[in-house]
Formats: sequence, structure tokens, C-alpha cells
Amino acid sequence: MPKHMQHDIEKLKAKIIAMGEAVEDRVYQATLSVINRDPVKANAVIKGDREIDDMEVEIEEDCLKILALYQPVAIDLRFIVAVLKINSDLERIGDLAVNIAERGLFLAGQDQFKIPFDLTAMVALAEKMVTESIDALINHDVRLAHHIRAADDTMDAMNREMYAQIKEMLITDAEQVNTLMHVLSVGRHLERIADHATNIAEDVIYLVDAQIIRHTPELYDE
Amino acid sequence: MVEQSIYPTDMEMVITASQVDFFYGPTQALFDISLLIPAKHVTALIGPSGCGKSTFLRCLNRMNDTIPHSRVEGTITINQKDIYAPGTDVVELRKEVGMVFQKSNPFPKSIFDNVAYGPRIHGEKDPKRLAEIVEQSLQQAAIWDEVKDRLHANAMGLSGGQQQRLCIARALAVGPKILLMDEPASALDPKSTMRIEDLIGELRTNYTIVIVTHNMQQAARVSDYTAFFYEGGLIECDATPKIFTNPRQKQTEDYITGRFG
Repeated sequence: MPKHMQHDIEKLKAKIIAMGEAVEDRVYQATLSVINRDPVKANAVIKGDREIDDMEVEIEEDCLKILALYQPVAIDLRFIVAVLKINSDLERIGDLAVNIAERGLFLAGQDQFKIPFDLTAMVALAEKMVTESIDALINHDVRLAHHIRAADDTMDAMNREMYAQIKEMLITDAEQVNTLMHVLSVGRHLERIADHATNIAEDVIYLVDAQIIRHTPELYDE
Repeated sequence: MVEQSIYPTDMEMVITASQVDFFYGPTQALFDISLLIPAKHVTALIGPSGCGKSTFLRCLNRMNDTIPHSRVEGTITINQKDIYAPGTDVVELRKEVGMVFQKSNPFPKSIFDNVAYGPRIHGEKDPKRLAEIVEQSLQQAAIWDEVKDRLHANAMGLSGGQQQRLCIARALAVGPKILLMDEPASALDPKSTMRIEDLIGELRTNYTIVIVTHNMQQAARVSDYTAFFYEGGLIECDATPKIFTNPRQKQTEDYITGRFG
């Protein structure tokens, strides 16, 4: 591979990994702000989103530059295409972390209340999926990517369970409607984060195996 | 092994090479090449210098016959006829299988006479018919509009890109079914290269084209199928989009991504 392209691809790889780690941290801080009712953390996540947006733009520009200058093919082409898509997913995850932090900000101002379902389990799974999707990207780990796809089913089941429980509480405890709606949002955002992590996993599978497996749930197992 | 499976089952194959070996004296240049070339498609042969791609191309119209002490083994058929069978008329074969070279090589004659040369030696004497062939060939080679007002000017006065298209017109004038192109654009500027590439795109409707190119992006742009040669062997042949997104062989990937070669 031409040395210039090799150099640019290595730099791009470092940038997308750094962005992945930054986004991972945002999700963690945002969920902590909800669980610990911590407005300071929530505000930090909201303010920090600009940094993620800048990273996204920079990575996209780098990808376009590599495409225009070197016309990569085969594994190099698949890497650039995967990074372009993963970049968008990470940026969306960053936005969702902001949304969660905004709920955190609201909930911190409310009276202490009992979260009516196992939010921490949802948080833990969403964070694990994001972390693992970045690991799968770094290590070109298709096996792990397939695990992430499978984990998304668990997340969907948790989301449905949360929905049912909140619905029930809205009927029995209508005074909590505002709080409950915000908690419901948090759950929905976590579920969306898991979807984006799944997209990243699917892009890793494309990168390594050149196989587009979106919209094919039957391919959960290798 | 002939890789039939990469082609649609109803696709017509014009050239069949099976287990072809080629020797320059004691040196073996091709090893056990088996390859099918489909009709009215463009097949690109790629690979590093010395990989055998041009040697293989020249086997397809027996251009290698002129090299002393060279020898072909295996079978090459064109339209089911073994082109190395005893009694094969090589002149007829080359009428069927035209060739365009890296360096444009017009004769130091007029544009008209360059194109009319082939039909004349094949016995065409009727001036009206010759004029028709010349116009049609120049049209097909996308150079008619540029030269129609100076058909009797010397061809050496044309630009490099025009000379190359004139040579393509000259090859087309004898009515070949197959065109072999050996680096047809490597000596041309980007604009002339683009014209040749566009022309290949137009010619593929009526001709079977086999092109050797060092420019991998060119292979990607102009061909339907790409065959990768390395050290005298055929490593892989597949649909061009497949080769350039997800080749099956590691050696192919390493070559097209510039990791070696």
C-alpha cells in the first residue's frame, strides 16, 4: 500500500477509536447522571457534545480525502466505508447520551422516586454493547460482533418489559406522569443506543467478511 | 481448472484456454493457465511486470509465434476452434482477433490508407466499399469527426491519443470479433485515456475485448471481469466489482491494495 495512504489510514483508525472511547464515556456519564440524580454530570455531557460533533466532521473529511486521493480498493475500501458509517452511528450515540443527560437534569430536580424497572440492567447492557462494538472494530472481531447482534434482542425484550411496567404505573400512580415519561425516554434512548452499537457490529462484519448482513436476523450465529 | 462458475450459465464463451504453458526457450513464462473469456464483455488482465499477462494476451492471436524458440502447450480455442491446431491460417486468425498495442503505430501513410490497409490486403478493391469501411471504422473508433476533413493527411500528424484511436479503427476495419489491447492508454494523457476508456465501453456491445493494463483503476473502470496473474500463474478471475471489493485470494488483495507488486 502506498506509504501516504497507510499513514492516513492509521491516523483515521486512531481517530475513530478515540471517538468510540469518548462516546462510550458520554453514555456512562449520562446514565450515571440519571441514576445518581447528578445535574453537574448531566450538564457536562450536554456541553461536551460539541466535541463529539467536531470529531465526526473531522473523521468524515479524512475519509473523503482518502477516497479522493488514493481510490482504495478491497480491504482498504471496506475499512473507509465502515468508518464512514460507524462515525455516524457514534455521533448519534453521542446525541442520545445528551438526550439521556437532559432527562437526568429534569429527574435530578424531582423528588426522589423509585425507578419502576431494572434501569441499571438496561444501562449496563447498553454500555457493554457500545464498548464491545468498539472492541470488535479495534480487533476485527467478527465473533464478538455476532454476540452484539444477539444482545440486541435482549435489549429489545428489556425495553418491552419497561414499557409494560411504566404503562401500569401510569394507570395506578397518575401523579408521577412527568417523572415516568422522562424515565420512559431514558429507556427508549438506551434501546436506540443498543441499535447503533448493533449497526457498528454489522459494519465490522462487513469490514472483515465483506458480507452485508443487515436485515438478516437469521444470521445471528456464524 | 477452468473457472466456469463465476459466469452466468447462459453466457457465451468465445475464448477457452485450458492448461496453457508457455516457454521462452528454457524459461517457462506461463504455468497451467485455464481461463474463459466471455463474448461481448471486457476482460482485464492485471498483475505486476513479468507476471505473464502480456504473454498470455499474445498467445490469443499467436503473436508469440514470431519469437524464436518459444513454445505453447495446452489448448486455446476461439469459437470452438483450436487456434494452435496444425493447418490453422494465422492470417485469418489475426483478422478475427485484432490487436492494439501500447505505443500507437500508424503507418507513415494517410489516415485513409492506414484504415484501408487491412481490407486491401484481404482483397477489397472496390473504392466505394473501401470508403464505407474507412468511415465506419473511424466512426466506431470515435475519431471520425476529428479527421473526416483530412482523410488524406499523413497519420503521423495526429496527436498521440488520435493515433491510438486510428490504430483501433485500423484494427476494426478487417471486421474482427475479438480485440486484444496491450496497455492501450498507458502512453496517453488523462483526457485521451478517458476517450479510449469510453471507446472500450462502446465497443463492448459488439466486440469481445481482452485488455492488459498496469493501471488498476483503469481495469476497474472498463472491465466486466478481471483476471489476476502472478509469476506466470492465474491466481484469480472474477467479476470486476468482486475483485475490487472482496477478492477471494489474499495475493490478489495484496496486489490490488498495493501491499506488494
